[in-house]
Amino acid sequence: MALAPETTAPAVEVRDLHKRYGSLEAVAGIDFEVGAGETFGFLGPNGAGKSTTISILCTLVDPTGGAARVAGYDVVRQRSDVRRNIGLVFQDTTLDLYLTAAQNLRFHAELYGVPRGLVDERLHKVLEMVGLWDRRDSRVNTFSGGMKRRLEIARGLLHSPRVLFLDEPTVGLDPQTRSSIWSYIHELRQQEDITIFLTTHYMDEAENCDRIAIMSQGRIVVLDTPEALKASVGKDRVQITTDDDPAAMRALDERFGVEAAVHDGAVTISVADGEQFVPRLFAELGVPIRSVSVARPTLDDVFLTYTGRTIADAEASGMDRLRSNPMLAARARR
Amino acid sequence: MTTVSEPGAAAGAPAPARATPIHLPEQSLRHDVRAVKVVWQREMIRFSQDKVRILTSLLQPLLYMFVLGTGLSSLTRGATGDVNLRTFMFPGVLAVSVLFTAMFSAVSIVWDREFGFLREMLVAPVRRGSILVGKAIGGATVATIQGAFVLALAPLVGVPYAPVMVLVLLVEMLVLGFSVTAFGLVLAARVKQIQSMMGLMQMVLLPLMFLSGALYPLANLPAWLNVAVHVNPITYAVHPLRDAVFVHIDASSQAVAALNPPLTWWGWVVPAVVQVGVVVAAGLAFLAIAIWEFNRAD
Repeated sequence: MALAPETTAPAVEVRDLHKRYGSLEAVAGIDFEVGAGETFGFLGPNGAGKSTTISILCTLVDPTGGAARVAGYDVVRQRSDVRRNIGLVFQDTTLDLYLTAAQNLRFHAELYGVPRGLVDERLHKVLEMVGLWDRRDSRVNTFSGGMKRRLEIARGLLHSPRVLFLDEPTVGLDPQTRSSIWSYIHELRQQEDITIFLTTHYMDEAENCDRIAIMSQGRIVVLDTPEALKASVGKDRVQITTDDDPAAMRALDERFGVEAAVHDGAVTISVADGEQFVPRLFAELGVPIRSVSVARPTLDDVFLTYTGRTIADAEASGMDRLRSNPMLAARARR
Repeated sequence: MTTVSEPGAAAGAPAPARATPIHLPEQSLRHDVRAVKVVWQREMIRFSQDKVRILTSLLQPLLYMFVLGTGLSSLTRGATGDVNLRTFMFPGVLAVSVLFTAMFSAVSIVWDREFGFLREMLVAPVRRGSILVGKAIGGATVATIQGAFVLALAPLVGVPYAPVMVLVLLVEMLVLGFSVTAFGLVLAARVKQIQSMMGLMQMVLLPLMFLSGALYPLANLPAWLNVAVHVNPITYAVHPLRDAVFVHIDASSQAVAALNPPLTWWGWVVPAVVQVGVVVAAGLAFLAIAIWEFNRAD
């Protein structure tokens, strides 16, 4: 019997992981660790190897090289132990649409062996958390896309996993529903001791993670906090409109030592920390300011800097890769 | 334009009490039994929801008994003696009904794959065998319930409601249903697309039915057909069903000899228990193959 690993151990530990499908190297040697309690994101276009990696970590696919441990257990040799300690939310729905929400959860509780006396309480708790308690006796085929996804998240949490895997948790949902899913995920972090591992190809969603790994063509290109990644790319862009632009530009040069230029009819400067700079600007510029805007570098800029492509371009060629490889395409469809 | 939301934006609010984590037990027989039971329960829920399926599955046996049976009886009146052809066909129709219903139950696993639910089952920390055992028992139960509806029509074809006979027929249908579902699961492990599965089923079901003696007696068959019938496991389910029915109807010994001759292996009369044993053994073998196949697949 495997001893329960210490809780301070990393939630996910990956060493030189490889996965090869024929001639295609879907995962080409990656290393990383995810700390307990962290929200960790895999960002990258379709076909970058995110889903393959998550499938290996969930014990659904065997790696062709390297090793991975989840919740302290080896994903190849201690499959059952891994499975007991993870919750899964896949890209495609895996609910039984003809059962009610509660029936789907009960099925899961039985299959995972949740102790009988705890099922009712836990079921209430997770359905309450995702706002579906009132709909517990409705059949899932009456649910909207967002409700189904929330129900899947509730089900993934039912057995108190140490790590929750969310593979593209908001794909195919409208922006409003996407942001509501995120507020549930934030709430979840407040209520449970859980590590969240997610993949996404939405740049704005990656901002919700504590750390992000950007994946491209089976490799991790860079791994850091969203803030650090953006800082590594460049400075914030501050644009102001004033009563007297030439005077403002002179003042910027003399008092702040920054060079300004006029773009889009506004005085534009680049500074390391735009938000902290703005209050000083108001206090010390000496020219009345009419409007101000601060634009941060986006993760799109980060992706472009590190991979040389925009994520949209990468997405397009990623799909070509899929199409040219029938086996991967079949997997992607499934 | 700084709309970056901080992770844990709600941190200002007092943190709600942390949930007490659940500790899942290690894998055990008890856990496997729970899994078998819940998979079975799901089959029952799905079956009870599908009233249309229950009705349409009743249509086929009705056609066999009352349309084909009536139509052909003018041809066969001389041959069946004092036994109506519909009466003769009754046990065979029970078997056919179970055969089709059980096979359709096995197909549900291909639907589950198509709609993703199979994944939910396969990633669970439970032996895959218990999921398949649940499916097979579920298919057997559903097929037996369907068979019971047909059995309820017994008096219409001159078969009485004898309690012992009803009980024996139900048990035999359960056994047949289990084995056919297990066989269907073997096919479903390989065939990933629902269209191909439907085609394959048609290809498999009709020969199984026609070569089982469900629709004709095992007397005076040409040698090739006689061999084919004796190789088909379904034959060993049809024959005990017919034995059970024939005990409870009034038939001359001539008619019994013509319509329900004993099943023999090289002249040895195979006892009913051995016949049922053949069906059980075939079912367990198919189930083992299905489990092996699902364990191999990811």
